[in-house]
Amino acid sequence: MNYSINHLKELESESIFVMREVAAQFENPVLMFSGGKDSILMVHLAYKAFYPARIPFTLLHIDTGHNFDETIQYRDDLVKRMNAKLIVGSVQDAIDNGLVREEKGFNASRNGLQTAVLLDELEKGKFDAALGGARRDEEKARAKERFFSHRDEFGQWDPKNQRPELWNLFNSKHFMGEHFRVFPISNWTELDVWQYLAMEEVPLPSLYFAHERKVFERDGTLLADSEHISKKPTEEVFTEMVRCRTIGDVTCTGVWRSDAQDVKAIIEEIATTRMTERGGRTDDKRSETSMEDRKKKGYF
Amino acid sequence: MTDYKSSELLRFTTAGSVDDGKSTLIGRLLYDSKSIYQDQYDQIKKTSERMGEAEINLALLTDGLKSEREQGITIDVAYRYFSTPKRKFIIADTPGHTQYTRNMVTGASTANVALILIDARQGVVEQTRRHAIIASLLQIPHLVCCINKMDLVDFSEEKYNAIQEEFESFAAKLDVKDVHFIPISALLGDNVVNRSKNTPWYEGPTLIYYLENVHIASDHNFIDVRFPVQYVVRPYSDEFHDYRGYAGRVAGGVLKKGDKVMLLPTGFTTTISQIDGPDGQQEEAFPPQSVTVQLADDLDLSRGDMIVRENNKPDVSQDFDLMVCWFSSDAPLKENGKYTIMHTSQEARCVVKKLRYKLDINTLHRDEESKDIKMNDIARIQVRTTKPLFTDPYRTNRITGSVILIEEGTNNTVAAGMII
Ligand SMILES: Nc1nc2c(ncn2[C@@H]2O[C@H](COP(=O)(O)OP(=O)(O)OP(=O)(O)O)[C@@H](O)[C@H]2O)c(=O)[nH]1
Ligand SMILES: [Mg+2]
Repeated sequence: MNYSINHLKELESESIFVMREVAAQFENPVLMFSGGKDSILMVHLAYKAFYPARIPFTLLHIDTGHNFDETIQYRDDLVKRMNAKLIVGSVQDAIDNGLVREEKGFNASRNGLQTAVLLDELEKGKFDAALGGARRDEEKARAKERFFSHRDEFGQWDPKNQRPELWNLFNSKHFMGEHFRVFPISNWTELDVWQYLAMEEVPLPSLYFAHERKVFERDGTLLADSEHISKKPTEEVFTEMVRCRTIGDVTCTGVWRSDAQDVKAIIEEIATTRMTERGGRTDDKRSETSMEDRKKKGYF
Repeated sequence: MTDYKSSELLRFTTAGSVDDGKSTLIGRLLYDSKSIYQDQYDQIKKTSERMGEAEINLALLTDGLKSEREQGITIDVAYRYFSTPKRKFIIADTPGHTQYTRNMVTGASTANVALILIDARQGVVEQTRRHAIIASLLQIPHLVCCINKMDLVDFSEEKYNAIQEEFESFAAKLDVKDVHFIPISALLGDNVVNRSKNTPWYEGPTLIYYLENVHIASDHNFIDVRFPVQYVVRPYSDEFHDYRGYAGRVAGGVLKKGDKVMLLPTGFTTTISQIDGPDGQQEEAFPPQSVTVQLADDLDLSRGDMIVRENNKPDVSQDFDLMVCWFSSDAPLKENGKYTIMHTSQEARCVVKKLRYKLDINTLHRDEESKDIKMNDIARIQVRTTKPLFTDPYRTNRITGSVILIEEGTNNTVAAGMII
């Protein structure tokens, strides 16, 4: 008998283990759901981890109000299918209430505003753990994250002073008002995610597959034409076959020229591509350390 | 591209002193195996130029924090990934600075292979020894000494042999089974992915060849059945009204449907009636699978308890000896000190009954007089816990043999402990 499992099954097992630790060690955990493939993977793994019981985490979506329509549709279907509870934190409401101020100008984005709304929701819901689908291969600051990442009472991350994390012994101890961010799929790469979603035949939002869309180009990145982005007079709209590699806010999620119509084609595309998936994220391009800076303040 | 149906996962870590070239080596490995994306490359090229460096600095691929780039050192572990047709690799690039030893231990605790870098000009230094000791305490199954910066010693075979001898004579006193040596230049790429023309006297494998082929299938314990209960699954739904499943990750041995098992601490015996895995029911379960086990009888069993075999039990005890690596910069380890102890899915309190000795990093001498265990020291202690734990020696099982100690006033993890 050969007692070995392939790397996807090992990653699956590790993630399930981490999710069960969260359910066991925290009183009130929440799963941050963005609508992207990593969140979808998280929900799929949580379903497996606790089957046949319901997922013991509330889902939390921080809604910028600048979504692709497909994202909301998919989210609502998923919530129904999983019989899960969903909380929506609205950036629009936060702007209306004066909690945050809308950015102005051509590169205006609500990406940064999400942090304040997220922290506000975590505090309101008295959540002591927030599960996130961030992966270490995405970005250099994320490459430094622990599975269990401690946040102080202001929601801040201190990358120079992280707790040691030995073996699979996760220390979740914290004081009142502090919380943890937990990243069960830390060790997955983009390719792993797609190979696994293909293997599991998980249904995915149509945005990930090549489709015709009105787009325009800005700083070398294609952006979807949308009422939420103001274009410069020189920016011309044209139609292209594109797909999303990540799904975030419309204003900062670049789309890619692609002919990949199914998961198999996506896997081939990713295996040969020369750009990282976040290469099209204008929110990461603001400065060299923009992810680290945002994470320190409490971003996803 | 990896054939994902048959590819194995290998986790490796870097170790060695400050500036011996760990991060550069990882950058080189990623670069030469074509695992770097264009935008990542452009980014570090720009940063290298801005920092006034003549060549592109590959260490920037892992040194991603602002303060790491400012100082040109690694502070915390960075995880990187790449794959070849045979394997998927998880790399933990760890810091060499003594101050950040705890982050090195973090990266090394789950590794199958440790790459110990040694600067060919310096040879074995104190931090090399410290990391080698830690790797041996952590029972990392395979060590590779990468004698680096060979370009700065004219690829001298004598230098290489001398360092190999020096390391071997030190390692002879350690508990390490499998040590390899490779002469490399992380900066220029010699013997990393591509075989070097500068070392005709070296006949061993390149680093990548070694990583792709080292045998890791036996790194788990498949003999002694250990299933720490992590979480009890109770659906409370009409359809699964009576369902009660014990979720956990197999820590040792092979569990089979129909097996007679014993529950700890109660000592009750029963049989496994069903095993549910991520893909539905399965006949057996083994490390490192996460499954949910159902039992034939309704017995008291919850998180922290363990499913084992009647004729193969772990030690059930409140008193045991540990080798510890101490992490706290604020408070030394004290005799009679009280800590929270975490072990598998158990948590208890413990008191340090005895400080047996402190290990001298350079001589491996056991100093029984020193009562002063400070940050980064390695010591043997005896502890007593508030309730029995179900343990194995770390040598036989890395999962049931490991603990962490947590300081109660600060909630900080202050020690990694390996049960003797
Ligand atoms: N000539 C030469 N220089 C090297 C080689 N490998 C690394 N270096 C240089 O050594 C310096 C330190 O390299 P790093 O890779 O940052 O060292 P490190 O071991 O990661 O250091 P810490 O993480 O801070 O412990 C850099 O200036 C490298 O360019 C080599 O093979 N030859
Ligand atoms: Mg380094």
